[in-house]
Amino acid sequence: MSSNPNTGTPLVELKDISIAFGGVKAVDHVTIDLYPGEVVGLLGHNGAGKSTLIKCLSGAYQKDAGEIFINGEKAEIRNTRDARRYNVETIYQTLALADNLDAASNLFLGRELVTPLGFVDEPAMEAETRKIMGRLNPNFQKFKVPVSALSGGQRQSVAIARAVYFNAKILIMDEPTAALGPHETQMVAELIEELKAQGLGIFLIEHDIHNVMRLCDRAMVMKNGQKVGTVNVGEVTDEDILGMIIMGKKPPQAY
Amino acid sequence: MTDHRADQGTGPDSGLPAMRKSLLGQLELDMRLMGMVGAFIAIALAFNFFTEGRFITPRNTFNLTVQTVSVAIMATGMVFVIVTRHIDLSVGAVLAIASAMGAMMQARWLPQVIGLDYGNPMIAPLAILTCLTVGTLIGAFNGWLIGYQGIPAFIVTLGGLLIWRYVGWYVTDGQTIAPLDKTYLVLGGAEGTLGVTLSWIVGALAVAASVYALYNARKAKKSHGFPTKPLWAEFTVGGLIVAVIIGYVATLNAYDIPTGKLRRMFEARGEVLPDGYTEAYGLPVSVIVLIVVAIAMTMLAKKTRLGKYIFATGGNPDAAELSGINTKLLTVKIFALMGFLCGLSAVIASARLASHANDIGTLDELRVIAAAVIGGTALSGGIGTIHGAILGALIMQSLQSGMAMVGVDAPLQNIVVGSVLVFAVWIDIQYRKKLGIKV
Repeated sequence: MSSNPNTGTPLVELKDISIAFGGVKAVDHVTIDLYPGEVVGLLGHNGAGKSTLIKCLSGAYQKDAGEIFINGEKAEIRNTRDARRYNVETIYQTLALADNLDAASNLFLGRELVTPLGFVDEPAMEAETRKIMGRLNPNFQKFKVPVSALSGGQRQSVAIARAVYFNAKILIMDEPTAALGPHETQMVAELIEELKAQGLGIFLIEHDIHNVMRLCDRAMVMKNGQKVGTVNVGEVTDEDILGMIIMGKKPPQAY
Repeated sequence: MTDHRADQGTGPDSGLPAMRKSLLGQLELDMRLMGMVGAFIAIALAFNFFTEGRFITPRNTFNLTVQTVSVAIMATGMVFVIVTRHIDLSVGAVLAIASAMGAMMQARWLPQVIGLDYGNPMIAPLAILTCLTVGTLIGAFNGWLIGYQGIPAFIVTLGGLLIWRYVGWYVTDGQTIAPLDKTYLVLGGAEGTLGVTLSWIVGALAVAASVYALYNARKAKKSHGFPTKPLWAEFTVGGLIVAVIIGYVATLNAYDIPTGKLRRMFEARGEVLPDGYTEAYGLPVSVIVLIVVAIAMTMLAKKTRLGKYIFATGGNPDAAELSGINTKLLTVKIFALMGFLCGLSAVIASARLASHANDIGTLDELRVIAAAVIGGTALSGGIGTIHGAILGALIMQSLQSGMAMVGVDAPLQNIVVGSVLVFAVWIDIQYRKKLGIKV
């Protein structure tokens, strides 16, 4: 039996989280932690409860029971605004972009830059967007069009820019490469490496086992709302992880 | 990543992208808006031909714009409602109850219950405040039912369509309320105009403000190093705007007050009308109100967080919610604003008619929705402009008055207006398809 290689205060601790919808236990006493500079994969079938668990952290759902600690201190997260105050940023599977607005408006949605008179400062927002996109995706030039006119990868980079721009410490990515081609997937993978190096903690919900093996330091597998186990990705094979996902079988290295 | 060459230009002279654009493209005009302006001009010219030159006259320009104001004001609010994927079928009924309360306030309650004399300077402000408050409260209540209670807007406002006009009926006992306060009537139209000098001053201010706005927008772009359009294009756009403002003011300043009316005005002041004396109407106060509303609503849409949230919610309600926007409260705000504008339209409509009758604003919900939709507001949400809705209202009113002037039967008028609505939306869908914009 192996154990968590990290020491010190975790960035995030989700302790004994439970949430039920109309009698169905979507998440059943699940505990997981996340340390700075690491990527923790959250795996499991559709409906296993990964997204639901993580939405308790991002503020989209409210947990029924359990506690959340951020930097060792108990955190009260009632809505997405609370989560943002704790520097928790989420990139949703659906990207959560307003298709009719341009990149800058989406990036700053809910956190617009304003002039001293209280009006939205569009030029400043566009300038900032150009800056951050220049760093994340230098090829990106479509600043004036609605994001509905962008490709999957471009949309993804807007969604990622939104999370990164506001100094995320904890990043939640829900299948960030699901809709992307190989080239764009590579771009996201490089970005994850870079963010890791900057000391961010990343929860990565991922179905593709190759991406898990490549990107994640640790992986937590869920099945039917319950935690199957956590593994250090370097110590197991993809067969082991698939066994956990499909059969709920806990390999000896799991903890 | 095939797009890295596009949009690289940093100034008007920077190579490829600018050269690729046609001259028309460099003007960066909203082609959809230009299409509507074109349609409006075509309608005006056609009616002018069929009425032997009676359509494009100072007199008809005056009447047309004054008649458009009430629907146009509500249409600006309807843009926000439709952009957020709602609908408001109750605007005509809310206008009626607001008008009823305002009329009762000035003609019955203030003079008879509170004891203010007729003509007391407090009557008009209090009556206007009543209209605005009634409209805002009903709108906010609708918004609460829709946002917090989850009743579809269609149902809430369909109910409101039946409810509010007849609440108004009970308030007035079904009577027509007249006469209304003299000061109040100033907001209606012919009773409240600025005269030649003041109209020119307002026109000059409008020209100065437009030029300043264009200059400022260009300066802001420059300071951030964004691409700007060539100077000649700025001057062309600016010139067009200035020409429209000056043309409109000049036209209304050419509309003389009829001699009979002038004589009565002089008599009221205890003077005698000198021989050969003429005076023109100039800009109506109600049109000034519409312009103020249009500017305020455009600023709200483009320059405030509230406006951003309205359009974001319309484009993707889930994204808005996940971005921390309180979409329920937003719904209340939008419908309260719609109600406020219904109250304002109630003031202008009842002042124009110089009375309150129970059928005031009947079918206005359809005119207002049609104006917004003809003006390019998409019922699927997220798309719409304030100036488009106002132009839509103007087109609707032009069709209606034009046909009345030509002598088209009332039933046929309705058939034409209905067909134009469907046709306009069809054109819009074709246009968006061609540009590849998702509807």
